[in-house]
Amino acid sequence: MSQKPAFDFSHYDLPDTNGHFGPYGGLFVSETLMAALEELREAYEHYLKDPAFIKELDDTLAHYVGRPSPMYHAERWSRELGGAQIYLKREDLNHTGAHKINNTVGQALLARYMGKKRVIAETGAGQHGVASATVAARFGMECVVYMGAEDIQRQASNVFRMKLLGAKVVPVTSGSKTLKDALNEAMRDWVTNVDSTFYIIGTVAGPHPYPAMVRDFQAVIGREAKEQCMQQVGRLPDALVACVGGGSNAIGLFYPFLADKDVAIYGVEASGYGIESGKHAATLCAGKPGVLHGNRTYLIEDKDGQIIETHSISAGLDYPGVGPEHAWLKDTERATYVPISDDEALDAFHALTRIEGIIPALESSHALAYAKKLAPTMNKDQVIVVNLSGRGDKDIHTVAAREGITL
Amino acid sequence: MASRLKPCFDSLRAQQRTALIPFITAGDPKPEITVPMMHAMVDAGVDVIELGVPFSDPMADGPVIQKASERALELHTSLHDVIGMVKEFRKINNNTPVILMGYLNPVEIMGYESFAKQAAEAGVDGVLTVDLPPEEATGVIEIFRNNNLDPVFLIAPTTTDDRMKKICSVASGFVYYVSLKGVTGAANLDIQGVADKVQQIRRHTDLPVGVGFGIKDAEIAAGVGAVSDAVVVGSALVKKFEEFTDSPDKIQKEVVAILSSMRTALDADVKKTGTK
Repeated sequence: MSQKPAFDFSHYDLPDTNGHFGPYGGLFVSETLMAALEELREAYEHYLKDPAFIKELDDTLAHYVGRPSPMYHAERWSRELGGAQIYLKREDLNHTGAHKINNTVGQALLARYMGKKRVIAETGAGQHGVASATVAARFGMECVVYMGAEDIQRQASNVFRMKLLGAKVVPVTSGSKTLKDALNEAMRDWVTNVDSTFYIIGTVAGPHPYPAMVRDFQAVIGREAKEQCMQQVGRLPDALVACVGGGSNAIGLFYPFLADKDVAIYGVEASGYGIESGKHAATLCAGKPGVLHGNRTYLIEDKDGQIIETHSISAGLDYPGVGPEHAWLKDTERATYVPISDDEALDAFHALTRIEGIIPALESSHALAYAKKLAPTMNKDQVIVVNLSGRGDKDIHTVAAREGITL
Repeated sequence: MASRLKPCFDSLRAQQRTALIPFITAGDPKPEITVPMMHAMVDAGVDVIELGVPFSDPMADGPVIQKASERALELHTSLHDVIGMVKEFRKINNNTPVILMGYLNPVEIMGYESFAKQAAEAGVDGVLTVDLPPEEATGVIEIFRNNNLDPVFLIAPTTTDDRMKKICSVASGFVYYVSLKGVTGAANLDIQGVADKVQQIRRHTDLPVGVGFGIKDAEIAAGVGAVSDAVVVGSALVKKFEEFTDSPDKIQKEVVAILSSMRTALDADVKKTGTK
């Protein structure tokens, strides 16, 4: 967008009643899904104000997920970089090893309150699939996970994990056989089985109310981070950094800080082999607005409006769209979106592992790589909070393969 | 010029006939096949043609129509190309209404004004964008209308009476009732259920009501045709494009055979009942 839209973030209350963040978001779906989305919107608006629901959610987050997650001062790494102090929000320590569970716990609980006995989910790397299968087991629900046939090959251990948890994993062989196609297939299942089924979307994309609902379930990250920063540092951080694929861990961290105008916000996208190579997933950095998967947002597409296959070493960032709220934060310049390549992410992956003894997910390694660039440009008394959205155990095969090592 | 849809349906109504509307994906399996296929379908007795605009992520369609999109996209059939096919078709046929059916993103990229102008000039009569519900269509509907393009909307089995009213108030040309919960090409059609819904829709509008999703053969077409103004047949035809991808002549022969049998069944129903 050529001109920055004027917008006051001090009383931020988006989306509007129809799910719009400025020109983004909305409800771009076939009529066959409208009734289901209306039912979901009503339930979400109702139960998020219901004390019984909130209490059960908070209890589950505390005793099952393990919240609050710690905020860790990466002192050695900060000293080595010679600039701002880096604090890591440890979402990698959650049950199942990533932030994804914050949302699946919320949605599964909502499904139960709505009387739905069957949940479905789409997954790329398998993290959201595992988080969905986990909560389905916990709440005694039938669970079907759609996963691209390509991704099933690449993520065999997560597929097995989902099966152990009792989920049925359905391979998707259409299109590029990856995450976006799994999402299409899950939508088709939902249209067909709408009476009995709840669709757990894993990110802040999709039709209204998903972007707002998933944000609200993930915002626990930012609320805790704010409180922990006040306790440990005595003031708000100077900058937030999080990786953005669909953007759920990022919006979870950013959202409670949007009104705090002195907190700089950085979303980090995967530029793969480099934006100029065409093999990347940096939607906000290099894409343009369009309509896909139920919302208007930035997309990676060709001149005819067809969606293009993306690339990132991190399967969780490998998506051609992005949450509509991020599109709005970009246009209003409340947040800055920056690219990090596969190689830069790998470099940060090794740095954190060796210096702090924490193996980060490749997704989170993109955020770390940007913090590594940012910290030296800031003073030693300044504070950066990085969302360490997941642990890297799942990625060791990818890292080994990339570096020519046979395990 | 004005949309051909209203005169077409008016004339059918006067003859107490049900419209037969085939859906094929433009450019499937090769761009040069589409226009001759359109003419052949008109010769087989269809009244309106629904031309699918290929899209990489056809969320509301089943596997049969998704694969058709994939075949068409292998040779990069674009929205611009599809408009070109309609223009080519109009060189010979200036009578049969043509509707473009597809997803919003290719239209959004082309620009709504630019798309509407080019489509109307080429001889397109109506547009059905599957992922554009009336709530998000404000402004777009006006642009279509100003260019004499009928905005066609879907109504689903789950659509509430209130929404039905809203949809009927912005639609023109006809309204399209999706006869099944599910995606295109799914199974198990309940004709009495369809009849009830069509009656409910008629309480909100005088527009013709077309019914699609699940029209597999002549018998189902006749059953649905007896209670509606139009039957739309898609996946049953598109399957033939998949089965005989390498043999365009065979595809045409099979498609014409299906449509002819449906035409016969629909017209027999008129003779039998005499009225609708």
